[in-house]
Parts: sequence; C-alpha cells; structure tokens
Amino acid sequence: MATIKGAVDIDVERCKGCDLCVIACPCDVLQLQPKEVNDRGYHYVNDLNPDACIGCAACATVCPDGCITVYRLVEK
Amino acid sequence: MQNEEICLMKGNEAIAHAAVRYGVDGYFGYPITPQSEILETLEALMPWQTTGMVVLQAESEVAAINMVYGGASTGKAVMTSSSSPGVSLKQEGISYIAAGELPALIINCMRGGPGLGTIQPSQADYFQAVKGGGHGDYRLIVLAPASVQEMADFVGLGFDLAFKYRNPVMMLADGVVGQMMEKVVLPPARPRRTDAEIAEQCPWAVTGRRKGEAPHVMTTLELDPQKMELNNLRLQQTYRRIAENEVRFEEFMTDDAEWLVVAFGCVARICQKAIEEARANGVKVGLLRPITLWPFPEKEIARLSRQVKGILVVELNAGQMIEDVRLSLDERVPVRHFGRTGGIVMDPDEVSVALTSLINEINL
Amino acid sequence: MTPEQLAKIKAEGTVVAAKPRLLNDNTMHYCPGCSHGVVHKLVAEVIDEMDAENIAIGIAPVGCAVMAYNYIDVDWIEAAHGRAPAVATAVKRLNPSRLVFTYQGDGDLAAIGTAETLHAANRGENIAIIFINNGIYGMTGGQMAPTTLEGMVTATTPYGRDVELNGYPLNITPLLAQLPGTAYVTRQSVDTAAAVRKAKKAIRKAFENSLKGLGTSVVEVVSTCSSGWKLSPAKSNEWMRENMLTLYPLGDLKDAAKDLPKNK
Repeated sequence: MATIKGAVDIDVERCKGCDLCVIACPCDVLQLQPKEVNDRGYHYVNDLNPDACIGCAACATVCPDGCITVYRLVEK
Repeated sequence: MQNEEICLMKGNEAIAHAAVRYGVDGYFGYPITPQSEILETLEALMPWQTTGMVVLQAESEVAAINMVYGGASTGKAVMTSSSSPGVSLKQEGISYIAAGELPALIINCMRGGPGLGTIQPSQADYFQAVKGGGHGDYRLIVLAPASVQEMADFVGLGFDLAFKYRNPVMMLADGVVGQMMEKVVLPPARPRRTDAEIAEQCPWAVTGRRKGEAPHVMTTLELDPQKMELNNLRLQQTYRRIAENEVRFEEFMTDDAEWLVVAFGCVARICQKAIEEARANGVKVGLLRPITLWPFPEKEIARLSRQVKGILVVELNAGQMIEDVRLSLDERVPVRHFGRTGGIVMDPDEVSVALTSLINEINL
Repeated sequence: MTPEQLAKIKAEGTVVAAKPRLLNDNTMHYCPGCSHGVVHKLVAEVIDEMDAENIAIGIAPVGCAVMAYNYIDVDWIEAAHGRAPAVATAVKRLNPSRLVFTYQGDGDLAAIGTAETLHAANRGENIAIIFINNGIYGMTGGQMAPTTLEGMVTATTPYGRDVELNGYPLNITPLLAQLPGTAYVTRQSVDTAAAVRKAKKAIRKAFENSLKGLGTSVVEVVSTCSSGWKLSPAKSNEWMRENMLTLYPLGDLKDAAKDLPKNK
C-alpha cells in the first residue's frame, strides 16, 4: 500500500507567529515556539510533530506570509 | 484629415481638433461651462475611429484627473479640461501627477469665482495655477493662450513640454478665448505614437513588467524622509531647468516705452488696444504679455523696470499676477493694478483710464 | 522521523505549496494573521499561473494595502484614495491588451471611492476589482468603515455603531451585481484552506474576464483585522464567521457568463 509522507520547511524569519497554520493543520504537526523568538520578536512556528505530516498543504494555504514550503512523497 | 487646415471656430473647439491632430492618446473630462465644447467636439469627432484616441466622459472631475494620472503612468499622452470649480476638484490629482513626474495636459478655461461663481470669464485662478494649487512643493508649467490660434498651438506645445520635462502642463485659458470664434490654422495631423515608440521614449512607463526588468511602480508614497527629500530635490532641479529654458513672453512697443502694461491671456489683447490709443496721443506705453505664467518672465520684467517710470498690471481678478511682477522688479518703480472680477471683462477705455491715473500719479 | 527521512521527503517528494514566485522576499508590513497576506499570495499565484506577469498592471489603493507593490513583482500604479477604479479605467482603455486589476479596502472602495467604483462597474470597464472587506479602517488605527457592522466597536464608534448616528453598514457588492456592466460578482473569504482555494478560483475568473473583455469583475473577500478588532488572528476568523457572514454571506452574486441563457 502506498503511504503519503509530508514535510514542511518554515522560513522562520518571515513568520509572524499568527497561529493560523497551527489551527489549519489537521494532523497537529505544527506549534508555535513557546519561548524562542525570531529576529522580529515573533514566536515562530515549528514542526514539532513531523511524523504526522501528510503534506496536505493546509498550513501553507492559509499562511498570510508565504513562510511555509510543503513537500509530499508517495512511497509505494 | 487635411494638414494645415484654416477654420473659423471657438477656442474650445480648436483645442479638441488640435488634440486629435497632435496624436493625443486620451481625453478624460466632465462637462462644465464655459469649456464643455472641448468634450462635445471630441465626442463629435469620434477620434477612436480614426487615430484611436480614447475619449471618455468621466463621472466627475475627480475621476477624470485620476484617469489622466493612470493614463499618463502608462506613458500615453493624456489630457483633461475643466473650468475653475472643476479644476479645484482636480487639485489632489494634479499634485499626484506632479509628484509622479508624469506628463499630462490640464486645461482650465477660467470662470469667475470664488465658489460656484459665474460662468463668465475670469483670470482669478492665477494663484492656483502658478503657486501650486494642490498640496506639496510642486510646479506646473502654465501656458496662457490669448487667441484661438494659441488654444490650438498650445496643445502641441503643452505636450512637448510635458514629455520633455516629465511634468504636468496647465493651459490657463479663460471663458473669452474658450468661447470666442476666430480664424485658426489647425496644426498638421500626425499619427499617435505606437506602443513600441512609447516603450522606447518612456522607459519609466508602467505598461506591464518588461522581460528581464524589475517591476515599474508609479507611486508618490515615500515614507523615508531622507528619500522623500531627495524626491523633492529632484523635482526642484527639474523646475530650475524649466525656469532657465522655457520662459515665453511677447512684447508690444516696449523698445521706447516709458510706461509698461503687463497682462496675460485675452486681457493682453484688450490692453493692446488701449496702448494703441495711448500711443496715438503720444504716450509711450508698451505691453509685456507673459505666455508662460510659470516660469514667469522675471528677467524681462526686471529689465523693463529699469526702463519705465511705472507699471500697470491688468487682470480679470483682484490682483494676483501683480505679486509676481513686484517680485521681479529690479528698480523700485510704482506698480499698480487694474482688474475686474465676477465675470466682467474690462473694455480698452477702462484700461486707458487706469493708465492715465498711473501716469498722473507719477508725473504730478 | 530522522533527519535523513525528512531530507529524503524533501529531496524526492514534490513541492505541493510554497511562496509564490511573484511574491518577493520583502517581509509584508501587515499584522500577524492579516487576510491581506493571503490575498496577495493568491494574486501572485494567479498571475503566475496565467502566465500574465508581463501584462498585469495592478492599481494599489490608499489603506493598509497601499504598498502592495512592494510585495507582488508586477507593474503597479499607486492611486489616490478611492480613485483606483478611475485609474484602472484609463489604464485598461489605453492599453486594452493588459490585465488590469484594482486592489482596494472597504474605506477606499465603499466610502471615499464609491462614485469611482460604481461608475467604473456601470461602464463595464474590463477590469477586476479585488475588494478586501474587514469592516474597519486598519491603517489609520481601527476607525469605522462603511461596512462596519451595527453595534461594532471601533475607534470612532466606541459605544458600537449606532445606525441613528452613523447610518447602516453599506453592503455594496450586491449593489454592484445589479449593474449591467458587471460580469462576475462574488464574495469569498480566506479563513480556511478550502475557502482560500475557492477564493483563488474566483480571482482567476475575474482576471480572465478582464482579458476576455466581459465587463467588470468584483471579488469581495470578507476579511479579518486582528489589530482593529482587538482579537487574535484565530479568534478573528471565528468572529468573522459568526458575525460578518450574516450580512455578507459568501458565494457568487452574479456570473454573467454562466447566467447567460443557453443557445444565445
């Protein structure tokens, strides 16, 4: 059976920590950094649970700042 | 379309014909007396079927001037016309066009104000035209036609100057030259520029991102004060170049003049008649008619101020150009004003009386 | 997942979403979670997918999106407040082969620029109008907009919009749909991934209409303004769904191409 694996790259310096991608993600992959901030002082988003990513791109679709690149790999 | 056609027509009509013949790309206007014939004539000429010129009756003067801003941003030769209250409405847009360093022709066929005023002729928008009008430090090249012929000729001259300096040009006409009929030789017809010619002549134009180039952006917003000051300095540099090269005026019997009349537009022609009568009575009077109200013929006024005993400034307003005449003096000669307002046009006799009163004041 | 496994997905997998090519690297000045960013992204994607980067001319408004030209790498003209449809009218008429669109907020489009908007749409100018409606003036600090809801608190309606004092929220999009000049009028949102995908299709159709010369297309995007509404971006989306969509329901209001009687 084919399995779909996804992965995200996050441009953390562009991220404003709005949390919209975290809410949009159906698999709880993403979370805002609780303490760390980027150069602009935002708690940027991070993929804390990468194993769960299915590459659906919901996060990147709702991201207002175009910070997220989503990859998808279908493994046969 | 024949070349060099001789016609009898109103000044406003001559502007419309000249615009089509010059190859203007677009006219955007809104009816207001006494200049509506410009839009009416253009609609009747249907130039979109011949030269491809766009003619559009906008929903307001405000929309019309912003259409000019948009059209000019794409490198097209675009114009609008209105009369005093309508030109007041256009001032914000004119400031944007000046700030954007865009070529455009704006015609003000002045009527008496302030407020809704009258539909009769006036020159009371001199300050508005030459001192800014809208917000910010900017200048318009201001041409003052005195005949139907100049109404036609200044369309081409206006666009030539506008594109040469990338600066809006205002033709400051009035209800007299707009409405009166005279013989006029229409300029030769020529085709509009092609898009390729515009792309070459206007490398700054916003026409869709050119391959291999960064996007072109027409904006007048600059939040960085350092850069905004540089923008201002660049504008001022342009204005200095214009002031050095584009002063235009006409003189009549000034060679031996002891007295000088300064008047622009239709009033200069009324004054000419009064001067002829004075000369017949042995009084040596001359006339200086500024054709460009900005840049103002300062040097010529300065030179004549060393020659004459007194200056009479005659205008259809309560005293506006007189300030520039006074600022231009080299010798402190008396400068007096004669004007009519509210839409009344003086006759030559009134000018003669004002002239006599000036002469008596100095000589007695 | 090991770093090696992740690297494998990135190396061998396909990129299914990324920052659009025409959205440049400048960090947008919008507040966190602002709908403007999403719509900017869609505009950039649609222009790229239509292969229209060399013929697109955007007209930017005055308001939060005044500097849209700093982010989307096509040619732009920044208009005076409310005048974008007039600017677009001339640009399109003088350059008929161009894809001309305005990008305006509710203050720009439905207050100071109402006349220009209505008349451009009524003339059926072949332009696309992107209309961001968040019911508030974002840039100037959260004052009442023409589209502010009844009872909604803003900086200039501190006790809520009182229709006796301030008039009613102006629902301008249905008004535009009534005009014979409009080809396509739709209301979208960008609060969920599904909504964003629908909004993108709407923008694409509006842009295609501009090129086809079908008339004016209007895409209203019911949006959020977290800073103006004083809510988190997530709460703003919830508030929008609960409150804005009653007066501003989503969906197509008019699609002339589809509504045309068949066999004609």
